[in-house]
Amino acid sequence: MATTAGVQVLGSWASPFSNRVELALKLKSVEYEFVEEVFYANKSERLLKANPVYQQIPVLIHDEKPVCESLIIVEYIDEAWTGNGPSILPSDPYERAIARFWAGYVDNKWFPTMKELNTASGDEAKAIVVGKINEGFALLEEAFVKSSKGKAFFGGDDVGYLDIALGCYLGWVKVAELIGGVKLLDGSRTPGLAGWAERFLSHDVAKDIIPEAPKLVEFMGKVQAVRAAAANTAAD
Amino acid sequence: MVTSNVKVLGAWPSPFVSRVRMALKVKSVDYELIEANPHEKTELLIKSNPVHKKIPVLFHGEKRICESLIIVQYIDEVWTDGPNILPSDPYDRAIARFWAAYIDEKWFPLFQLLRDAQGEERRAVVQKISEGLSLLEGAFVDCSKGKAFFGGNNVGYLDIALAGCVGWTRACDILLGAKFLDETKIPHLVGWVERLYSDSSVKDLMPDPHILIELYKKFRAMSEAASE
Repeated sequence: MATTAGVQVLGSWASPFSNRVELALKLKSVEYEFVEEVFYANKSERLLKANPVYQQIPVLIHDEKPVCESLIIVEYIDEAWTGNGPSILPSDPYERAIARFWAGYVDNKWFPTMKELNTASGDEAKAIVVGKINEGFALLEEAFVKSSKGKAFFGGDDVGYLDIALGCYLGWVKVAELIGGVKLLDGSRTPGLAGWAERFLSHDVAKDIIPEAPKLVEFMGKVQAVRAAAANTAAD
Repeated sequence: MVTSNVKVLGAWPSPFVSRVRMALKVKSVDYELIEANPHEKTELLIKSNPVHKKIPVLFHGEKRICESLIIVQYIDEVWTDGPNILPSDPYDRAIARFWAAYIDEKWFPLFQLLRDAQGEERRAVVQKISEGLSLLEGAFVDCSKGKAFFGGNNVGYLDIALAGCVGWTRACDILLGAKFLDETKIPHLVGWVERLYSDSSVKDLMPDPHILIELYKKFRAMSEAASE
């Protein structure tokens, strides 16, 4: 069994990907040092060294060995600390495949539609993107019903891999709803998912990690200002 | 182990389908290949993979599993009496998963760009593919630890992830004179490719680049005719 000594997370409180790593570590009661990286400005030497391929947070450094890519890190945490608490991945191979499938869908298909909402200009374009996001939620509703089998989370009684994968985006879903003036996660359309979201956000461990929407909005403003300033400096 | 309730919906030229077949071969699992044309979204394909409408799909009894790397992990976890596909150490597993994801998300998609790029744009894509191969060369040195494959003495997860792409890489070398598999630049990977062609688990499942080229030319001709 791995020790908790020498566990470091290079991340950011505002990043859903970084949140995933912290959530997994806390679920496994693993103590770690959190290093807040200013990932939106000049990246630190430490980050570039730990993740030369992508130069992105989060990175988990365990006994000086870096692990990159949030979902890969979550699986690593589950496997390196198998004795600590319930498994994050389901134990059945088919259920594991399903959890991995939907986590991949969330990252590769659903989240990009959320990002599109930022850049869509005009009501018509926005309506199209909101339609896509809702289609995604409809699929995830079905996935929730099948995976949870009537229990509280995708993982059953406990928060599991897919809960972590999707749940860590919930802060940003609320931001999109606030800024866009639109209800995305709607109990009348996706009751299972809406109920799950409430339970996830009030979960003992998750509630201290998922940032609140107003703080994220403020953070977004700060990042935009820093990037604009950097662009102006570059243009001079 | 002989299993008759395993089917693969796929097509032999697909690098992703090859992965699934290689994994089943490693585990000595018999299966039926249901040929599917990836360019034709048939009713069967849509029903089998409603979310992505892509091959491969693995059918195991009543179960349906999609996404090649997820399927390979499923095969590894179900058929536990065959050789391991994923490494046993959690850190080695994370590294293997990292590079397999890199291949799928960053490196192999460049080949799609290569198809339509011309002139300067094409040169830029060729450069990026070569840079990716240099990274994978480094990954090979780290993962193989002096042995024959990424997985060590035997073909493993990352070998399977990349082996399926070798046919297309070689096809580009031949068709475009790209010199991707350059032993002066990536000697370890070139040696690894040669060993793949003698490995019993994968050698018969590596698409022949010459046949891939013929297929590609036919496909291009059809697309051009269709757009006229």
